[in-house]
Formats: sequence, C-alpha cells, structure tokens
Amino acid sequence: MTTFLRSVSAEFAKIFTTRLWWLLAIVLFCYIGLIAGGLGALLAGVETGVISPDTVNTGGAGAFGFGSLPPIIYSFASSVGYVFPVLLGVLATTGEFRHQTLTPTFLATPRRGVVLAAKTVTLVLVGAGFGVVGLAASVGLGGGALSAFGVDALLLDSETWLQVGRTILAMGLWAAIGVGFGVLVPSQVASIVVVLAFTQFVEPLLRLAASFLEVTAQIGNFLPGSASDALVGASVFTLANPAGAPPLDWWQGGLVLLGYAVVATVIGYAVSWKKDVT
Amino acid sequence: MPTGAVIEFTSISKRFGKVAAVNELSFTVEPGRVTGFLGPNGAGKTTSLRILLGLVAPTSGTATFGGVRYRDLPNPLATVGAALEAASFHPGRTAQNHLGVYAIAAGLPRTRVMEVLTQVGLAAHAAQRVGGYSLGMRQRLGLAYALLGDPGVLVLDEPINGLDPEGIRWIRGFLRDMAAEGRTVLVSSHLLSEVQQSVDDVVIIARGELVHLGPLSSLDTDAAPQTIVDSPNREALGAALTAAGIIFSIGRTGLLAATSDPALLGHLAFTAGVELSVLHRQKTGLEDSFLALVGGSHSL
Ligand SMILES: Nc1ncnc2c1ncn2[C@@H]1O[C@H](COP(=O)(O)OP(=O)(O)OP(=O)(O)O)[C@@H](O)[C@H]1O
Ligand SMILES: [Mg+2]
Repeated sequence: MTTFLRSVSAEFAKIFTTRLWWLLAIVLFCYIGLIAGGLGALLAGVETGVISPDTVNTGGAGAFGFGSLPPIIYSFASSVGYVFPVLLGVLATTGEFRHQTLTPTFLATPRRGVVLAAKTVTLVLVGAGFGVVGLAASVGLGGGALSAFGVDALLLDSETWLQVGRTILAMGLWAAIGVGFGVLVPSQVASIVVVLAFTQFVEPLLRLAASFLEVTAQIGNFLPGSASDALVGASVFTLANPAGAPPLDWWQGGLVLLGYAVVATVIGYAVSWKKDVT
Repeated sequence: MPTGAVIEFTSISKRFGKVAAVNELSFTVEPGRVTGFLGPNGAGKTTSLRILLGLVAPTSGTATFGGVRYRDLPNPLATVGAALEAASFHPGRTAQNHLGVYAIAAGLPRTRVMEVLTQVGLAAHAAQRVGGYSLGMRQRLGLAYALLGDPGVLVLDEPINGLDPEGIRWIRGFLRDMAAEGRTVLVSSHLLSEVQQSVDDVVIIARGELVHLGPLSSLDTDAAPQTIVDSPNREALGAALTAAGIIFSIGRTGLLAATSDPALLGHLAFTAGVELSVLHRQKTGLEDSFLALVGGSHSL
C-alpha cells in the first residue's frame, strides 16, 4: 500500500514538474470559454429576442428547439473539452516510452502493475481537475453570457450542480481512457494522431450516421462520446437525434466510459507495459 | 554504511527473435571489489544488466542480489543503484525535479536529491532543464540517480562514456572508494583500458557467452616467448646469440630473441663482453589478451 501511495505521489510530481499540464489547462479554458461564452450569448440573445421572454426563467424544458439553455452551455466543458484530459493521459504514458523514463520508473517501483494503477488514479484526479477548469469556463463565462442576456443561469438549481459533478467524473474517466490508449498505442505521435482524428472527426461522423436508424442509434449510444454525454446528461450533440433512440442513463454512460478505460488499460498492459524495456 | 550483496547470474539466456543476445551466462560479483564487465559492442552487456535489474525478462535463468530478484527487493533503490547507458530523462524537467520524482517513488528523503547532485558535481545545474544538458552532464545525472538511495550495490553501464578527463579521473577514484567501503561495484565497458585502473576482477563476454572470469592480473599472461635485447654493437650481440643457438629477428627497438628468459641473454652478453643498451621481456598487454579472448571483435 505504501508503495502504491508513493507511486501516486511520484506520478503527481511527474505531471506538475513539466509545463504540459498548465498549457493544456489554459487552452482548455480559453477554448471552452470561447464556445460557451459565444454560443451562450448568441443563443440567449436569440431566445430573449425572438421567443416569448416568459419561458426563460422556468429552468425546465423550454418550448423551443434547444430545451433549457444552461445545461447545454455548461456541457461544453465535457462534450468539447474531453479531448484535453485524453491528451494529458495519452502523453503521461507515451511520454514514458518516448523519453525512456520507464527505466528509472521501473527501477524505483519494480511492480509495473502498481505503477500503471498509480498513473491511472493520478490522471483520474488531474482529469477531474481539468473538469473543474472546463466548468469554470463553461459555467463562469457561459453562465455569465446567459445572465447578461437575461436568461436564468440556474446557478441555484441542484440539477445544475449534479451536472457539474457528473461532468467532473466524466473528465476524470476520459483521462483514464487516455492512459489506457497510451499503453495500447505507445508511439506518441501515432497515439496523438489517432486520438485527434477519432475525437474530432471519426466519432462525430459515426454518431451522426448512427442516429438515423433506431437500431444503429442504440449501438451509437455506446460510442465513448455518446456515453460521456449520457453521463453528463446534456449535450448539443444529442439535440439532433432524428431516430429518437433514448440515450443511456447517466450511470450507464459512466460504466461504458469506465469499461473503455479498463479494457484499453488491461490490453495495453499486456502489449506494451509489461514488455522488455531495452 | 550500506553493505554490498553478492550479484549472481545463473544460466541467463536471452533471445530477441533469432538473435541470441545472451547465452547461458553464469558468474558472481563479490562485494568490496570493483568488477569490470567487459565485451565488444553487441556482446550482450546491456542486455545482461537489464535482465539483472528486472527490465528485460530472460528467456531462461535467474539473476539475483544476495539471492533476491530485483523485483522482490523490499527497497530497490536503497539496495541497488543502477545507471544504464540510455539517457532516460524528460527534457523539460529540471535535474532536481527528475531525481525528486524517483525519490518520492522510492520513499527517500528529498534532501538526498541535492546531496547526490553535489556528489556528482551538478549542484550548480540542479535547477536547469535536463534537455539542455551535455552528454557528460547526463552521464553524471544518471550516476546521481544510481546514488539516490545510498545503495550497497552499484550497477553501471558504460559510466565513463562522454566524461571529460577530469570526470574520468573522478569516477575512477569514486569506484575505488565505493568498493573500499564494502559495496559491490559492477561496471561495464567495451574497452579494457578504460577501466583497467579501477577494476579488481574482470568478467569478459563475447557474442553473449562468458569467455573469461578472474582477477585483472589473470589477463596478464607471463607466457610471452620473446625478449627484446639491444646493444651499441648489434653485430657482436647477434653473433653471441647465434653462437648460443638462440633464434632472433631484428625489430624496431632491438633484437627480438626467442626466449622468455632475459637473465640468460644478460649472461650471454656478459661472457661475450658485449655491452647491452636494452634488455626486457616483451609483455603481452592486457588489452592484447582481452582482444585475443573476445576474438574478431571488429566484426559484429
Ligand atoms: N530490443 C532488442 N531487440 C532486438 N535485438 C536486441 C535488442 N536489444 C539488444 N539486441 C541485440 O542483442 C545483442 C546484445 O546487445 P547489447 O546491447 O546487450 O550489447 P552490449 O554489449 O551492451 O553492446 P554495446 O557495447 O554496444 O553497448 C545485440 O546483437 C543486439 O543487436
Ligand atoms: Mg551496451
């Protein structure tokens, strides 16, 4: 147990002694702030200007296409921001291969499973921290924009804070998926290219394509991005849903994400982590 | 004072696909002595050391410290300090933070970090990112990592590579000091001359197999059959040798006589009244014995 806790502390020290974490955190904040703030202002403007202002303070589902605005604006923290904890996790593992730091790491802690578990726990916590950063942008700037246009930001609503909690959990799980993917594809360049291509291009297309038929939509629910949105409970991506297959429950979405993380990590452990370090 | 453990390789073999990198290698390394682990490029030194440290899984055999495998040591860094040839650093991390990470992982006091950086002469560069380090500085940082836990056993792979003359002198003294304190010191090199001033024992491998094992002096073969002798009057000397039936050839520094007994030649010259200017047995150098043992080392 002490070995594990020491290993976790060492993994924290690894992350916070290089510049990557705050560079990613700053980009995450600015990116989400821009989207949530911008879209928040735009949609709130449309809503207050075009549609009856009576409906906006209800906090329930609005009588228009977007439903209630705040949950959707706040969900950008994870629905767009999830790639940041994934990258942090991927870089945390592939960096060890790339810089050959597996040698000093395994000399200090010869139990490799302990090291990988410690890395996962650490990244889940730091990924959750990224969730807080993303939410600071989406709730802070997005909510600010909503309020500025006279839409209730629902900051006193318990549903909002439950969503915040589920977002933090989702971001932690995404970082664990990053760790798992990094051991599955230890080549750093390949890993980053695949992550960016999949999250920014392949998965959105798959989700769109899957949504047209009821049966494929049900399969599409198990794509990691859909599962994450189900866990969080709101997303712009689930608005356009022609076939109308019900999304997973929040806890099911969470289990699906966890499943991806566990499967990738276990297979990665076998194919790269426990192999010869030469 | 940490005491050294006996390192024991027992029938270690390792195949990388079709390449037999190490083959049935067995030897022990004693505490209180510096042992040179020698062999030409590709002989299998690094592979053997990585097997010893649990980084590479052997195809068969075991390697232990005092009978315990590396991965089963309760406090690995405080028992064994290792510096392997590859530079293993994140370039964006400072030397201090690099060592700090592993001090935390091994449960060592943070004060050790500056102590070992001072010990290897890097204290002034502790806060510098390792990416900006020179080869010699990286080599020293690797050594600092090995010293972090003040271990009783040191396993160093080519520690002299990239060091400047002052650094080389320092590390030689350092290796001697470590052994004098009772620690076990195993140091690899592909050049005997690089370590011959510091080692007590040698383990020589070639093509993955053990070819020689013993004290350094065991390489110093006394069986050289030739003696060099010269005189201001070479003709008279040559005549005296011929008269005594000793075959010789004329070399650059004198006559190369086919005998291993300089006293015999001295006596011959004395009785023939020939003045001598040179008389010594031609020694086979350690390096020559080493090269003879590893045979054809320049074709990998
Ligand atoms: N990861 C690997 N995959 C395949 N072959 C390998 C691997 N590592 C080492 N080898 C092979 O094993 C043999 C021994 O290599 P090793 O690095 O142990 O030699 P060495 O004695 O350390 O040489 P040097 O003096 O050049 O450092 C070589 O033939 C090498 O090509
Ligand atoms: Mg080597």
